[in-house]
Amino acid sequence: MIAEFIISALLVIAGIFALVGSYGLLKLPDLMTRLHAPTKASTLGVGGVLLASMGMAIMKGGVSWHELLITLFLFLTAPITCNFIAKAWLARNRGETVLPATGTARDWATLDMSEAPMEPRLTEPGQPGRPS
Amino acid sequence: MIDMALTFAFACFGLGFAMCLWRTIFAPSVPDRILALDTMVVNVIALIVLYGAVTDSGLYFEAALLFAMTGFVSSVAYAKFILRGDIIE
Repeated sequence: MIAEFIISALLVIAGIFALVGSYGLLKLPDLMTRLHAPTKASTLGVGGVLLASMGMAIMKGGVSWHELLITLFLFLTAPITCNFIAKAWLARNRGETVLPATGTARDWATLDMSEAPMEPRLTEPGQPGRPS
Repeated sequence: MIDMALTFAFACFGLGFAMCLWRTIFAPSVPDRILALDTMVVNVIALIVLYGAVTDSGLYFEAALLFAMTGFVSSVAYAKFILRGDIIE
């Protein structure tokens, strides 16, 4: 009874999260804010469904680990996809966005199309980004 | 109780899928389309897993896993293509 209740709650919460994530895709004003909705809410929604599916398998007497694999994979890949989409957006709106200075001789790596080798350069201690 | 929750989850994910489809068709820019397709993949994985839970079959998890992998690779390939005009540099 309690297991049934927990699984149902997981399913309902997952559904609401996924719905919010997909609605955010329609509702939010521009791409950089829109990135937040699916990468966070929808990923959580799928995680809830996979947990519920594991719970249902355990209720029926078997244990299955496939779901954990899918969850792990989704949680690993969602930020990477998000980062790539943000980089693509930056590259397409090059002139219109104001990016902070990198503090080096080179431009932002996304916008830097030159083939020159990158020299590693450490931030001085005490500068922003490296307190000590 | 689980049946009702399953129906609710199906409805939520289906509605989310329709919203992603809308955003894919009426998108202001190409990165938006990639994002919408990526979200669609996530919703489809959830739908496949839910269907596997309803039909009580273990066959669908492999499908969901394959979908997760190919969805990730295709999203990254699309983004990489519009970023550099090339996928493998």
